[in-house]
This record gives sequence, structure tokens and C-alpha cells, in this order.
Amino acid sequence: MYLLIFTLKRLASAVVVLFAVSVLTFLIFFAIPNGNPALRLAGRTATPADIHNVEVAYGFDKPIYVQYERTMKQIFTGRIQSYTQHLSVFSQIKRGLPATLSVAIGAAIVWMLIGIVLGVIGALRAGKATDVAVSTVSFVGISAPSFVVGFILLDLFVYKTHIFPQVGYVPITQNPVSWLTHMILPWFSMAFLYIGIYAQVLRSSVLDAVTTDAVRTARAKGLSPAKVMIKHVLRVSLIPIVSLWGLDFAGALAGTTLVIEVVFNLQGVGQYTYNAIGALDVPPILVVTILGAFFVVLMNAVVDILYAVLDPRIRAGKG
Amino acid sequence: MVDQAAVVSSSIEEETTGSGDSPLRLALRRLRRNKIALFFGVIFLLVVLVCLLAPVYANDIAHTGPNANHISEIIKVNGKATPVVNTIGLPIGPTYHSKFFFGADQNGRDIAVRLLYGGRNSLAIGFMATIVTMIGALLFGVTAGFFRGWTDTILSRLLDLIWAYPALLLAAALGVSLAVGGVNLGFAHLSGSSILIPSMVIGVVYIPYVARPIRGEVLTLREREFVDAARILGYSRVRIIFSEILPNLSASILPVFFALQLAQSIVLEAALSFLGAGVQPPSASWGTMLSDGSGLISVSPHLVLVPGIMLIIAALSVNVFGDGIRQAFDPRSSRH
Repeated sequence: MYLLIFTLKRLASAVVVLFAVSVLTFLIFFAIPNGNPALRLAGRTATPADIHNVEVAYGFDKPIYVQYERTMKQIFTGRIQSYTQHLSVFSQIKRGLPATLSVAIGAAIVWMLIGIVLGVIGALRAGKATDVAVSTVSFVGISAPSFVVGFILLDLFVYKTHIFPQVGYVPITQNPVSWLTHMILPWFSMAFLYIGIYAQVLRSSVLDAVTTDAVRTARAKGLSPAKVMIKHVLRVSLIPIVSLWGLDFAGALAGTTLVIEVVFNLQGVGQYTYNAIGALDVPPILVVTILGAFFVVLMNAVVDILYAVLDPRIRAGKG
Repeated sequence: MVDQAAVVSSSIEEETTGSGDSPLRLALRRLRRNKIALFFGVIFLLVVLVCLLAPVYANDIAHTGPNANHISEIIKVNGKATPVVNTIGLPIGPTYHSKFFFGADQNGRDIAVRLLYGGRNSLAIGFMATIVTMIGALLFGVTAGFFRGWTDTILSRLLDLIWAYPALLLAAALGVSLAVGGVNLGFAHLSGSSILIPSMVIGVVYIPYVARPIRGEVLTLREREFVDAARILGYSRVRIIFSEILPNLSASILPVFFALQLAQSIVLEAALSFLGAGVQPPSASWGTMLSDGSGLISVSPHLVLVPGIMLIIAALSVNVFGDGIRQAFDPRSSRH
């Protein structure tokens, strides 16, 4: 019952944020810019009459709240079109989604697995050398933008040594092996930022967990070290990592894919947005920004609810 | 006038720590002992210095400007005549000599010269964005944490709203929106290509990331004895904020966040300019150099590797130095 009320409350507050996100994103594109958008849409040789026609056709002459309502209607009925080519924004996003999901999900799995392995190793052999190694990885990770890592990997493993194939995206349904070989470098470029951070977080939570009474009891009753690690230590210390993972995954999917897809020419939603930025084509950027923020907000809510399921102490407090 | 509350509180702290040193002096002493942090701090200073000296390098060593075009020239490299850009459009690679030390780009411009001039923009944007972030975060964080109640609720929800966007996506949206027509600030107009625009965009995007921890810190600071002492002495709330809360923040978490945000802002500038939503041509930055060179990475990798590695060195040195500051201010740190 508590859980149900908590879930409903959390979802209700997420809905409020979603509404605010839609308003703010709309304002970013329609209220902040200086100058008449119709001027650009009508082209260089437009007459004042042409400009007026564009204003009327796109509703730029209407009050801002009417424009907001109209734009949201276009978005949520999926009818919104790009300014430059008049293609449906949603069909373009749908076309790019497999590539974007492939790179983001794969990268998230890579950083989670490597982060866990490094974190556990770091905790088991806590000492100078491993500490230095893990913190070096995390410092370089937060200092190197993922797309620069991508360029370096591309230069080393594609153009200098030809270990991996040329850039591009191969659908998994078409050739799973080729899909994988095209994905490995984008995954690692994207995961590099998080590996060191996850290793550090896990290392410290494992070190906390091994000193608990539960673990001491498990050892005392004669459980093997491996079983203690998996059944008692990891189960507890993975909880903070899992919630972190949900949020970072959302941020990576909606943010980092933008640059990674361009470096590796993956033709996903990120590259679609990149092209729209180059052409100053507002509708695709508007829709992707709203969808990206929606995804982050929903992931946040899901993580909070999962956390309440896993940890009863949170439910007891105020929601 | 003597700050009585500070005298009261410092005498309390003197008793507990057993030494007359302020936390700031203790932290500086710890930082001086941290050789790794100092080493990286010096590296960053060198990067800044070299970029500031860009005109000297351009005029006296490379004898060219950041936008000067040498596309049809032929230079001597190790005694051999080599075109700056060859017949199929490929630029010359690093010569490691005074001219074209790091090679040229497709337009025959000297990469080393552009690297230094671009670095000025990247670093300037990094610093300005960080200042915007810190001021915004202090306004939000201190107000929310000190006044609590509905003020806190409203400000925190506003921050949550910005927090909901992935940083790069929000920055790209704002960058595109502002680059089109510039910004009218009422008293001044910024053109769309001004580097103040990416500075503001990056600065605003990161406000919640710093405001939240500041709010948390203020929530605990306002319950401390020296704030009670100031209240009993009848100080106004504004005076308590300026004479008790702010000095405490600036001797604890502010320097740490300044360094970390500086690195973050430099990195975000690169990504933003790479997407075309940051520094606008003809200005150069490490991000625009990466963007310009990305198409030729298969044949002329120096176009992206040179600015890319410079960027990593700059961000890494700030991050490691910033972590040194964090350790120095950490009261749990064992180093004294």
C-alpha cells in the first residue's frame, strides 16, 4: 500500500516536470531567439508578402500560448515536420532509433561490467598500485570528451591497424557479426567516461559492505569467499550502482550519442539531430530535446520507485 | 569593525583543533605537500601561459596568423620542397619546425598557431562559463538553503527542471537558439558569433550541478554555533549570509567546484562547438578545430589528434589539481 502511494506520488511529480520541460523547451526555441523565424524560412529572395505568408502558415503571428498549444499538438499527434525538407520528424527518429539504442545500451553494459570487475578487484587488493590505476582511469575518463576518445580509437584501430572495419552502421538483423564489429569502438568511446567512476563507487561500497555484521556472520558459518562476495557483498553494494546506472544510461542515450554517432557515422537519432543543428532546422531539435528530457525524467522516476522496492527505509520516509 | 561572531567561533574551533591555524591555511599546507596535484597545477598554468603567448608565437616563430591561408604555398621540409596542401587537397603533416610545427589544415592554416589562438577561446569560455555557474549556483543554493521553506521548494524545483535535460542536449538547444539571432540583454546586444554566448549557455546548464551541493552545505552551516552566535548578536539575515555563510563556503567547497567546473566547461565547449552549436566561425576553439578536421581523420589524423590531446591535457590537469584542492579541504584527510 505504501509502495503504491509512493509510486503514484512519484509519477504525479514526474508528470508535472514533463509539462514544465515541454514549456521550457518550447520557450528556448520560440521565445528566446532574436529575430523573426519567418525571415529565415522564407529564404533570401523573399518579398514582405512571402514573409507574411510564412508567418501565417506557421502561426508565428499568433500569441505565444497558441503557438505552444499548436506545436505540442503537432508533436503528440506525430505530425510535426522539419522546416528544411518537410519530412516527418517522427519517421526520421524511428529510422535512427535502432542505431542509437544499439550504441547506448551496448555502451551502458560495457561500462557496468568493466566497472564492476575493476571495482571488485580494487576492493579485494586495496593498496597503492590498484588505487592509482583506478583513479588514473577515472581522471582521464572525466577529462577526455567521448568523441575525442572516439577519434583516437578510430585512428589507432581502424586507420592505422585495420583491426576494426570502417565506420558506419550495420543493422543487427542484417548481419549480427558485422553489427558487433562496427559497435565495439563506439561502445568503448562512450563507456570510457563511466568505467573509472563506476569502479571507484563500487570499490568504496564493497569496502563498506565487507565490514558489516551480515558478511562477518556469513564468513563465520564457513561460506566460501566467492560465495560471500556474490551473495552478500555484491548484492548490497550493487544497489547504489544500479540507480546511478539508470540515470547515466538516460543521459548517455539522450546526450552523448549526439557526438558519438557523428564520429562513427552511425546515422542514428544523434546524427539526425546533428544535421538539424547544422541546418538550424528547429523542429527535429525541439522534438529530440523534449523526448530526451522526457526519457531522463521517466528514468529518474523509475529508479526512485525501484529504489523504494529494494530498500524499505526510503518508503518509510516522506515521499 | 571586529567581527564578533567570527571571534567567538574561531576561539571555539581553536580549542577543538588545538592549533591557531585557519582551515584555509591548513588546506594550503596540505596542498603544498601534494606533489602530484602541484605538478598538474603547473601543467595547467603552462597551458594557459602558452595560449596567452599565441600572438608572440604567431608573429615571431611561425610568422603567420590563425586565419592566414597558405593553401598554394610550397615550403621546404628537411631540404625537400613540399606543398602546404597537395594536389588532392591533403594538408601537410607535422614538420616539428617553426613553420607548420603541427602541420596545416585543409585551408593551409598553421595548426599550431590555431591551436594556441583556439586555446584562448576554449580557456576563456571555460573560465567565463565557470564564473556564470558559480554565481548562479551561489544565488540559488545559498538562498534555497538559508531561507528553506517555500523559497527552497520553488528554487529546487526550478533546478530540477534544468537537471532533467542531458547537459549536452540542453546546451546544444540553447546554443542553436541563441546563435541564430544573438542575445538582447537590454543594455547590450551580443551577436550570434560572440564567444559570450557559449560561455553563458555552458554556465547556465551546469548551475544545478553546483547549486545542489551548495544548498546542502548551507543547510548544515546555518545550524552551526557561529551562525547561532551571529543571530544572538542580532545580525540581519543578509549580514549572516555575507559575513558567516559565504566566507565558510569560499574556504571549503567553492574552490573545489571551481576547478571541477572549469574542466567540465572546457570539455562541454569542445562537444558543443563540435556539434556546431558553440563557437561560430571564423573564431577558432579546440572544439571547432576538432569539427573542421573530423572529415579527414582517415588521411590526416593530426587535424583531430592535436587539438584533442591538447584538450585532454588541459582538462586532466585541472581535474587532478582540483582533486588535490578537494583532498586539502577534506577534514577527514589524514595529511596535515
